Amino acid sequence: METKKKKVFPVRKLDAEEYFAPGHRACEGCGEVLALRLIHKALGPNVIVASATGCMEIISSPFPYTSWEVPWIHVAFENTAAVAGGIEAGLKVLQRKAKREKKKIVVVAMAGDGGTADIGLQALSGAMERGHDFIFICYDNEAYMNTGVQRSSLTPLGASTTTSPAGACQHGQTVWKKNMMAIAAAHYIPYIATVSPSYPMDLVEKVTKAANIKGPAYIHALSVCPPGWGISSSETVKLGRLAVETGVFPLYEIEKGKYRVTVNVEKLKPVEAYLQPQARFRHIQSDLDLIARISYRVQTYWERLKAKAARA
Amino acid sequence: MRNHQGMEVSFAAAEAVRLCNVDVVAAYPITPQTHIVERLSKYVADGKMDAEFVPVESEHSALSLCIGSSAVGARSFTCTSSQGLALMNEIVYLVPALRLPIVMILANRSLSGPLSIWNDHSDVMSVRDTGWIQLFAENGQEVFDHVMIAYKIAENENVLLPVIINMDGFILSHMFEPIELTGQEAVNTYLPSYRPRFILHPDRPVTMGAYTMPTLFTEAKKAQEEALLASYPYILQAWKDWGTLCGRVYHPVETYYTEGAETLFVTMGSIGETAGEAVRLLREQGQKAGLVKLRLWRPFPLEDFLREIGSAQRLIVIDRALSPGGPGGGPVAGEIRAALYNRENRPQVFNFIAGLGGREVTVGSFQEMFVSSVSGKASGYQIFGVRG
Amino acid sequence: MPKADFEYLWDELEPGCVITEPGNSRSFYTGDWRAFSPVLEKESCIKCGTCWIFCPDMAYQKNEKGYYIADLNYCKGCGICAAECPTGAIHMEKEKEI
Repeated sequence: METKKKKVFPVRKLDAEEYFAPGHRACEGCGEVLALRLIHKALGPNVIVASATGCMEIISSPFPYTSWEVPWIHVAFENTAAVAGGIEAGLKVLQRKAKREKKKIVVVAMAGDGGTADIGLQALSGAMERGHDFIFICYDNEAYMNTGVQRSSLTPLGASTTTSPAGACQHGQTVWKKNMMAIAAAHYIPYIATVSPSYPMDLVEKVTKAANIKGPAYIHALSVCPPGWGISSSETVKLGRLAVETGVFPLYEIEKGKYRVTVNVEKLKPVEAYLQPQARFRHIQSDLDLIARISYRVQTYWERLKAKAARA
Repeated sequence: MRNHQGMEVSFAAAEAVRLCNVDVVAAYPITPQTHIVERLSKYVADGKMDAEFVPVESEHSALSLCIGSSAVGARSFTCTSSQGLALMNEIVYLVPALRLPIVMILANRSLSGPLSIWNDHSDVMSVRDTGWIQLFAENGQEVFDHVMIAYKIAENENVLLPVIINMDGFILSHMFEPIELTGQEAVNTYLPSYRPRFILHPDRPVTMGAYTMPTLFTEAKKAQEEALLASYPYILQAWKDWGTLCGRVYHPVETYYTEGAETLFVTMGSIGETAGEAVRLLREQGQKAGLVKLRLWRPFPLEDFLREIGSAQRLIVIDRALSPGGPGGGPVAGEIRAALYNRENRPQVFNFIAGLGGREVTVGSFQEMFVSSVSGKASGYQIFGVRG
Repeated sequence: MPKADFEYLWDELEPGCVITEPGNSRSFYTGDWRAFSPVLEKESCIKCGTCWIFCPDMAYQKNEKGYYIADLNYCKGCGICAAECPTGAIHMEKEKEI
């Protein structure tokens, strides 16, 4: 075979409209804004978005510019789920009291990994528990990139960040990544899914599902960050793919408690294939013990996931 | 026919919120605010109020949620106290910046520590500079009336600012008082539906909460400051209209026995009633005492205040909070001294920090303060009644 | 196109600094960040739109002949399109020194 074997996507299935305008200030090759763009293609125009402070907020709303084609509000860092809850409650009561025309409007809350799993976790838990009809999207680039790559609870084990640096006594992040999917699942909300912009059709399908399900939905989008992860800007989509192919970030959904692996991988690639291209893992390349621990963890999680899906 | 009913002030406050046809209530329980939210949730449960009652997981989320609901155009209400206000502090600043007409009742309580559930004004003083319109109620009737008045002010298209109604914890919140309830029709006439300037809606997408660079932040803050100052005539108008409707007339600065007074007490909140009784007794004894009560705290009614203190020789300012390490006692006295600085023949200012954490302030307390001020024994400021 | 932020007087701001023109960042060109430009060889292009799907800067637009062409006003030169093109029809070229 002369040409590289690469997948061609059914481009017509994607909305040709853009709901997020060019001229935004994201870094070149930003996987987060790519995820955001594709997610909003799935959501369409009838949405209201509440955003946490973070990369996507900063790159999209430097006054007097906005990249948002849809109604959007930013209030603070940790409260986006509560703001979205208010939007949802407000729309519901105004429509019920006939102060607004009845119309389906999807309420979306968006935050980075810090705004989701660290400082925003309480508001998110509250909003999921109360059952607001909304989608929470975690754009997970695995550290506080906006403030200069500090570690969060979603930074993976071994990754070097500015507050989990690699040094003589420490191999970067010292603890495992928090399992946000399990936390969302513990709230028994109707829809939970991981997505990756490297798999655009899978992403669109899941976000569409989340928008149509009544009640809270949680979407966890792995958002490759070239400067934070130390890769070339052209490798964003490839890295996202490797995360799935190695099992580091499996694509799956939990719909009303039923697990389904949406992108099956026949045989996982070794995790080194994912770790090796990234500068944040450079210092652990020769730490075979640590890599073995990561590999074991990934393998175990993948098998448990498949077992849960098989039971469903 | 006047319709007075005996009821707990918190329930009167909840009744006023119901009469205002509030759309969204978000609150987290904290003593002494709880009776308001309990009553509101019961109204919703009983179908007596068509609102979304959202029992949030923190005060931070309570106000955040109100921002979301207000941004889509829903009339939104929250209430809190003390630690709850401290927890929501970050968000308190954002509401006037976003120009959202949220109304909050603050059942004033001291801030920990040590922990105290009792009344003082340390909570509200912590949000002095947040840009909210801030009002003080002296009794239950004023709390009830000011819920309607607050929405009338807040939602005025020329104002669009949030309002805090201060209500002393326990002293008002848990007091049983005769309240004249206003009828639903009268409230509907007084308070039309909220017509927001901007809302979050797909039909006309807007971006709210964009960030600014140093090249614009100053202008944004100036616009916010001007909006707060410009709210003053609309506050007066809202009081005037309420007076026309109910016969109860309110002013930014209320006075009692100020004519010919040489010594004036300056109070805020429920302590004004006690001070008034002390003044009446002092007058009976032939003392030229009077009382000035600040109903409006932000925007500060400077001209009204200067006019009402007339040519008094001394002011006895009662602060219900301490400004530790500050140059002169409590926050209210500090502001009043600043307000007087450029005035010729300015009065002497005595400052008593009184009633911290629920410590009782009696008629006798005011008489003591009067005596020590007039006799010249009192210094610049002192913590009244402290042992040792 | 909105005027620059430093041109606003305080009383020209909408209440709450609301921005009323959706998507007005279109008038802010990010193309000058670019060090490399995508170059399309039309002979190898199968018009599949992969470049359009994966462009984080919404730079690609379909022309009347069905080709996806990068708008260099927005393209930041990340190179994802070249890396992901299934037929290798796009390559990156260094921007000429000015």
